Amino acid sequence: MKYIDEFRQRDLAEMVAGAIAREAQTGRDYHLMEFCGGHTHAIFRYGVQDLMPANVHFVHGPGCPVCVLPVRRLDDAVELAERYQVILCTYGDMMRVPGTKQRSLIRAKADGADIRMVYSTQDALRIARQNPDRQVVFFAIGFETTTPPTAVALVQARREGLSNFSVFCNHVLTPAAIQNILQSPEVRDLGTVRIDGFLGPSHVSSVIGSEPYEFFAEEFQKPVVIAGFEPLDVMQSTLMLIRQVNEGRHEVENEYTRVVSREGNTKAQALVGDVFELRESFEWRGLGSVPYSALRIRADFAEFDAEKRFQLSEKASREVKSCECPAILRGVKKPTDCKLFGTVCTPDNPMGSCMVSSEGACAAYWTYGRFRNQTTADAYQEDVVA
Amino acid sequence: MCLALPARVVSLEADDLATVALEGVRKKISLALVDDVAVGDYVLVHVGYALHKVSEEEAERTLSMMAEAGVLAEELAEIKGAEA
Ligand code: SF4
Repeated sequence: MKYIDEFRQRDLAEMVAGAIAREAQTGRDYHLMEFCGGHTHAIFRYGVQDLMPANVHFVHGPGCPVCVLPVRRLDDAVELAERYQVILCTYGDMMRVPGTKQRSLIRAKADGADIRMVYSTQDALRIARQNPDRQVVFFAIGFETTTPPTAVALVQARREGLSNFSVFCNHVLTPAAIQNILQSPEVRDLGTVRIDGFLGPSHVSSVIGSEPYEFFAEEFQKPVVIAGFEPLDVMQSTLMLIRQVNEGRHEVENEYTRVVSREGNTKAQALVGDVFELRESFEWRGLGSVPYSALRIRADFAEFDAEKRFQLSEKASREVKSCECPAILRGVKKPTDCKLFGTVCTPDNPMGSCMVSSEGACAAYWTYGRFRNQTTADAYQEDVVA
Repeated sequence: MCLALPARVVSLEADDLATVALEGVRKKISLALVDDVAVGDYVLVHVGYALHKVSEEEAERTLSMMAEAGVLAEELAEIKGAEA
């Protein structure tokens, strides 16, 4: 496929790998955080780590929207479906994420709740048009990539007077999360997580542009390279980061110029600005409460806001106790540090969100067998893979 | 979740809709978030919406940058080899 196959070419990958091997200086380590789960996935799927010299390390970041959604919000979605008997429309990724007491949307559905997987917000609108006597709620999650499609749906719903449609908004913002990581005690005070540079988001950046990263490249003196999701993009961006580190630069560079510009998609940004506004604070799984890191629906669109339309109860939400997702999302631990990894917790029976989404670090470790190479992998795990 | 794929626009339709060809299948998507898309253009498709056009020239440029990195590295190796 055009624009995909070219960026997976083996010979080119070897060339870039050669350049990396020569330019990465022995005697220093390079700790590069890939913010996006999409990069984590590409690194594992294509074995990019194996093509790197031993002193180039990828630190996996929290950029998986499914993984960072706190259990509480998932429990709220289940409540909408069960208590208010709405038709709850959701992207497929959310279906198997375990909520409190392992209750997922798929379990609620099996128990009779009307939960429907949709590919697009357009599908949710169609379901609302077809079911005028039912309340239809779109469970909106995701970073800046999925936010504009939700905005389009809200504008359309208002224009059509689709009064049985509303959105349960959980959209979160990438730059706020990156800044939160850089200010975290692990990075700042304890130094337990070293970050020498960032592989910047691909598709998020196609919407917001590369400009929003300029502030913290400067403020925190960390280089950022906006990187595409194909393996060659990841490798070329790694090379660009290594060069910046070697030269003591901390700039925002853009490897993914075929889709990302400095200003991004201004049409989408304007639409998002019309429909959403900042929340003062929002809870992230792993990061805790992060100021100005999420969006809510503006008062103009209040009638389509599920949080206003339905009274969601106060509830005590709980994750599985030994699940290490929160620490993994901050780059502090690896999936193999979790007692449940590969034994109790597998993609077929996930205990935490990081094992559900293909962009989650636990799912990537499991699917691509990375842990086989690790000294921490015990015999049981070896058996499971064999 | 954030995965998006480049797809070729096959036809333009009313209400900001378009049909794209993606991995051999045809799909109806929305163009509500992009401007000036023509048949034959490639767009990045995410959850049923085109998020951005894909630039042919920039894709070429990136690929040649990668090739250059390799060539430079080979030259460097030769120089180093000669020194040794
Ligand atoms: S392996 Fe499962 S339980 Fe452990 S951190 Fe990952 S998702 Fe949580």
